[in-house]
Amino acid sequence: MHELAITESVVDAVTERLPDARVTCVRLEIGALSGVVADSVRFCFDLVTEGTNLEGARLEITETAGRCHCKVCGSDFEPDGPIAICPCGSIEINVMAGEELKIQSVQVA
Amino acid sequence: MCATCGCSGTAVVRLFPVDMAGAAGPHQHAHDHAGHEHGPHEPEIHLHDHSAQGDERTVQLEQKVLAKNDRLAELNRDWLRERGVLAINLMSSPGAGKTTLLERTARELAGKMAISVIEGDQAAMLDAERIRSAGCDVVQINTGAGCHLDAAMVAEGLRLLDPPSGSVVMIENVGNLVCPALFDLGEQARVVLASVTEGDDKPRKYPHMFRRADLILVSKTDLLPYVDFDSKRHAADVRKTAPDALMLQVSAATGAGMNEWYAWLRRRTPAPHE
Repeated sequence: MHELAITESVVDAVTERLPDARVTCVRLEIGALSGVVADSVRFCFDLVTEGTNLEGARLEITETAGRCHCKVCGSDFEPDGPIAICPCGSIEINVMAGEELKIQSVQVA
Repeated sequence: MCATCGCSGTAVVRLFPVDMAGAAGPHQHAHDHAGHEHGPHEPEIHLHDHSAQGDERTVQLEQKVLAKNDRLAELNRDWLRERGVLAINLMSSPGAGKTTLLERTARELAGKMAISVIEGDQAAMLDAERIRSAGCDVVQINTGAGCHLDAAMVAEGLRLLDPPSGSVVMIENVGNLVCPALFDLGEQARVVLASVTEGDDKPRKYPHMFRRADLILVSKTDLLPYVDFDSKRHAADVRKTAPDALMLQVSAATGAGMNEWYAWLRRRTPAPHE
């Protein structure tokens, strides 16, 4: 549900940086461990951009895989869901990648 | 619509100051967030128009999606520090006992610690009424569709509350173990309430929420004999998820463990300005 606010933050940030540009494409990076569901952002995007200079823009999302290091068994692993649990069962982990939540670039006309 | 605070012509977010006499009225949410302004804070980007055809070009932004909320949160933090006010972001699932904890805290610390409350709920004034009855100044924020508080809402709430130096502002977030974890409000400490009635598996299921907590209060411990809650397993999972967080067991119904919670608050409360 917070994806609505997240998507609003994207639109707000872009219109703030580029108030006069007609934006035709927005590229986001959403990590698998960011706590944000890319599909929900896609769902909200058209609704939130309506009436802004992003209206009609294409949304491209790069979903970065999570990468974690287990402090118990010492292995590096890619969690298979939004919650990082090592295959050995441990949740004592360091997150090395996957928490990204970034606007990479936009395409303007 | 203001994308950060969600305010719009249809008033998505509504703030209700509740004074001690019980009079509450909707606050017209103006675009004046406690001394900080809406507007571009990022370096300006100049678009070079290379062609009269208006062909498309890429502009690199490389910025965090929540950069604006984080910036407003830092302004809140600075404001609180300068004023000498401790703000606590109190989070849990719905029904874990946040309001009951605050009611007892306010009653037992009356005259010893100045406490005011920002109440976040999707709708209704019920919690604000309970807190006011316990003797606290309170601002109710109704988030409408929103599932969490953000830094802009809290900035507005702080401005309405006007807390004195040496006091504590309890920010009771919307009951939710997912979304509030992502939004920095400018608080100095994050407290997560985990009630024994919810089960002992929450730290494993909602690690985002627990990972960034400073204090975890295991609540409703008076109900331990009646529920299937493995305290040892829960404590071990909390320890793994949030190795630096302190953990206390409390019951706002019987008062057990509340003194440790008060001591934790006192250690963090700044001295009033001269």
